[in-house]
Amino acid sequence: MNRLARPEIIHVGREQLVEAIAGQLALGFRLALVAAHEDDRAGADATFRIVHVLLGTAGERVEVVVEIPRSDAWLPTLAGISYPAGRFEREMRDLYGIVPRDHPQPYRLVRHGHWPTSFHPMLADADPTPYFGSHAGFPFAEVTGKGVYEIPVGPVHAGLIEPGHFRFSVVGETIVRMYQRLYFVHRGVEKLFEGREPADGIALAERISGDTAVGHSLAYVMAVEDALGVEVPERDRLTRALLLECERLYNHVNDIGALVNDAGFGIVNQHAGRLRETLLRHNARLTGHRLLRGAVRIGGADLVAAPDLDLVASVAAEAAELAKIATDHPMVANRLNTTAVLPLERARTLGVLGYVARASGMTVDARTEQPFVDLGPAFRTVTADAGDVRARFDVRVGEIAVAAGLVADLSARIAAADVAAPVAPSGGGGAGLGVVEAWRGTLVHRVEVGSGGVLTRVKVVDPSFHTWPALGIALADTIVPDFPLANKSFNCSYAGNDL
Amino acid sequence: MTIASVAVVLIQLVLAVAVTPVLIGVMRTTRARLEGRVGGGIMQPWRDLRKLLAKEPTRAPGSTLVLTAAPILLVASSLLLCALIPLASTLALASVPGDLFVVVSVLLVGTVALALLGLESGSAFGGMGSSRHMVIAALVEPTVLLSIYALSVPAGTSALAAIVQARRADPASLLNPVSLLAIFALVVVVIAETGRLPVDNPSTHLELTMIHEAMILESGGRDLGWLELGSWLRLTALLGLVANLALPWGIGQDAAPLTLLVGIGAITVKVLVLGAVLAAAEVFIAKLRLFRVPELLAGSFVLAFLSVSASYLVF
Repeated sequence: MNRLARPEIIHVGREQLVEAIAGQLALGFRLALVAAHEDDRAGADATFRIVHVLLGTAGERVEVVVEIPRSDAWLPTLAGISYPAGRFEREMRDLYGIVPRDHPQPYRLVRHGHWPTSFHPMLADADPTPYFGSHAGFPFAEVTGKGVYEIPVGPVHAGLIEPGHFRFSVVGETIVRMYQRLYFVHRGVEKLFEGREPADGIALAERISGDTAVGHSLAYVMAVEDALGVEVPERDRLTRALLLECERLYNHVNDIGALVNDAGFGIVNQHAGRLRETLLRHNARLTGHRLLRGAVRIGGADLVAAPDLDLVASVAAEAAELAKIATDHPMVANRLNTTAVLPLERARTLGVLGYVARASGMTVDARTEQPFVDLGPAFRTVTADAGDVRARFDVRVGEIAVAAGLVADLSARIAAADVAAPVAPSGGGGAGLGVVEAWRGTLVHRVEVGSGGVLTRVKVVDPSFHTWPALGIALADTIVPDFPLANKSFNCSYAGNDL
Repeated sequence: MTIASVAVVLIQLVLAVAVTPVLIGVMRTTRARLEGRVGGGIMQPWRDLRKLLAKEPTRAPGSTLVLTAAPILLVASSLLLCALIPLASTLALASVPGDLFVVVSVLLVGTVALALLGLESGSAFGGMGSSRHMVIAALVEPTVLLSIYALSVPAGTSALAAIVQARRADPASLLNPVSLLAIFALVVVVIAETGRLPVDNPSTHLELTMIHEAMILESGGRDLGWLELGSWLRLTALLGLVANLALPWGIGQDAAPLTLLVGIGAITVKVLVLGAVLAAAEVFIAKLRLFRVPELLAGSFVLAFLSVSASYLVF
């Protein structure tokens, strides 16, 4: 299982696109990534090449590729057969100007009202300093009726979180509808990758989302290795799996405290903060960086020191105890139970990922579906059925225990594994895919390396891109004061979503 | 009206203003230490207050007199509360009796001032906070009335000073079911009225869950300083009332300097200890779901009602 099979590549014309994708979806594959590429940039016959990546549950990878002329840039919409596809199409239209024809939601997604309408930032000839005009209004579906009022929240929030605007339509205290406006932090990350040496991209990938440094850098590096045909020794793959679990540990511990804190039970948050700090200092000893930056490189991964297994085990035990204190507390349990339910069928339709999906009974997990190393008997997928805040809390608690077990198991296997010589990346170009189960869920990077050995296109899909829309669905019949709890239980990334 | 009663009122006012920031500091520090934090120190609320009161307020264009007047009204009503409630001494102003109905009305003045301030800002948060605040106020006021009324039956008067005096004269009455039920109901409504856990979380940053904080979000500088002081003074006054009703010892009954001094010392210790106990209890409880708050307050109303019924059976 050193390298996964090359993806099956299907070329279709745009007339057959819907049929081709529907056929793959019927096989049980899920649409994980859609990336547009600008080919033959200078010529008169310039084309857009759009790659649809579908992932199976047993390591299968399929790419459906369609080429369209730039002068007639439209695609038949896939929104009717796949909800995530509809969102990818809206993103593509805003960034590339490719129009999804007959889209049921023909609204902007990434683009804000003050962007010039002809400005598509991913195009090579996009104006680097466009004129950003005044705000062109903020249309959203207004809920009318007796006693309905609106609460606008954000984009600047009171806590140390990123910007996002939430517009609640409320009757009394019950949320009728919640509209979210994200994409306030567009940094042009995907474009920043272009033209870099592959090794130069790692530092950028680590900074896509601060709390997912390993997830993003690993997905990126694996995509580059896939593109360049680099073989990664077993020991390094074990190290990478270990790093991913370390990242999962500190983030889940932090979330447990933050969730309970939103229910007003601050003491658990204080102790979770202490545990998180213990883990961050451990991370610093492990890799030289508190957020585990700098450990992943092309062809391998390095640790500065072996993990302190007693420390990890004791933190995991304390976290389990903290979680038990919280859920045994009748007032906290009352706040968490039955709040913001995401039913299984809605979770499936929306294509949510990570702990949100697993708390609604889905088993989606790249560690079993797209594994890069055999995790052995120490690994199991933690799921719950209720789909409420409590279920998302419990899945995190379960994953902390699994992650701590994996750290111990993996570090023993790393110690036993042979040290292989580092593999130098070969020249040449190609396309590659990297799929990892980061702490928020399945993270996919698709990289294309040009013949000159520089990156020509990097497409990043953070699990939050798939999970954000589910928040509004789960809020139906939830009361306004419970929104922070629901939001925290999803804990979607703003920066990972908005590149 | 005698010189002595005026002096007592002045002493109570100075005492309340001096003790209040310390009370908040003690409560925050207690909570911080129990949670394993260092905390800002006992004098931090006082420093915050001094800083805020020295700052020019920022007021939105189009805001009306309410934004200026509400903080003053809140502080004035809270100070009046501190003057009317027997804190250091039971010597009351003869012309303005510290009657329980007067006290509850004064309490309501501050509540309404805050609710109007919340609406004044024109933001959704302010209105949301005001609406929640009034729901809670509507449930709290009857319980305050009923529970003190239950205590007034044995004393045969609705003047708070006389009730405290009667309870001190007959310590056995402190432990009868009427008294215990009424005190318990009163503690619950004081917690709700002053925006403490489990009804409101004074340390949250989440606007959507706020009640008290949501109303004062748009205030700043001096306005915010007065609002903070006014709200804190209410806590001092109500804790002082509960403390003196539950444990009436130490309170001065004449104008002799020594008894006044003892009264000042006693109420300071009582309020600070009660505050520390309340803060310690908050560590162990979470915030109730908003729609369960009425259940809690209805429960305390039932206790107060039982207490009143029992008081007629017992006495």
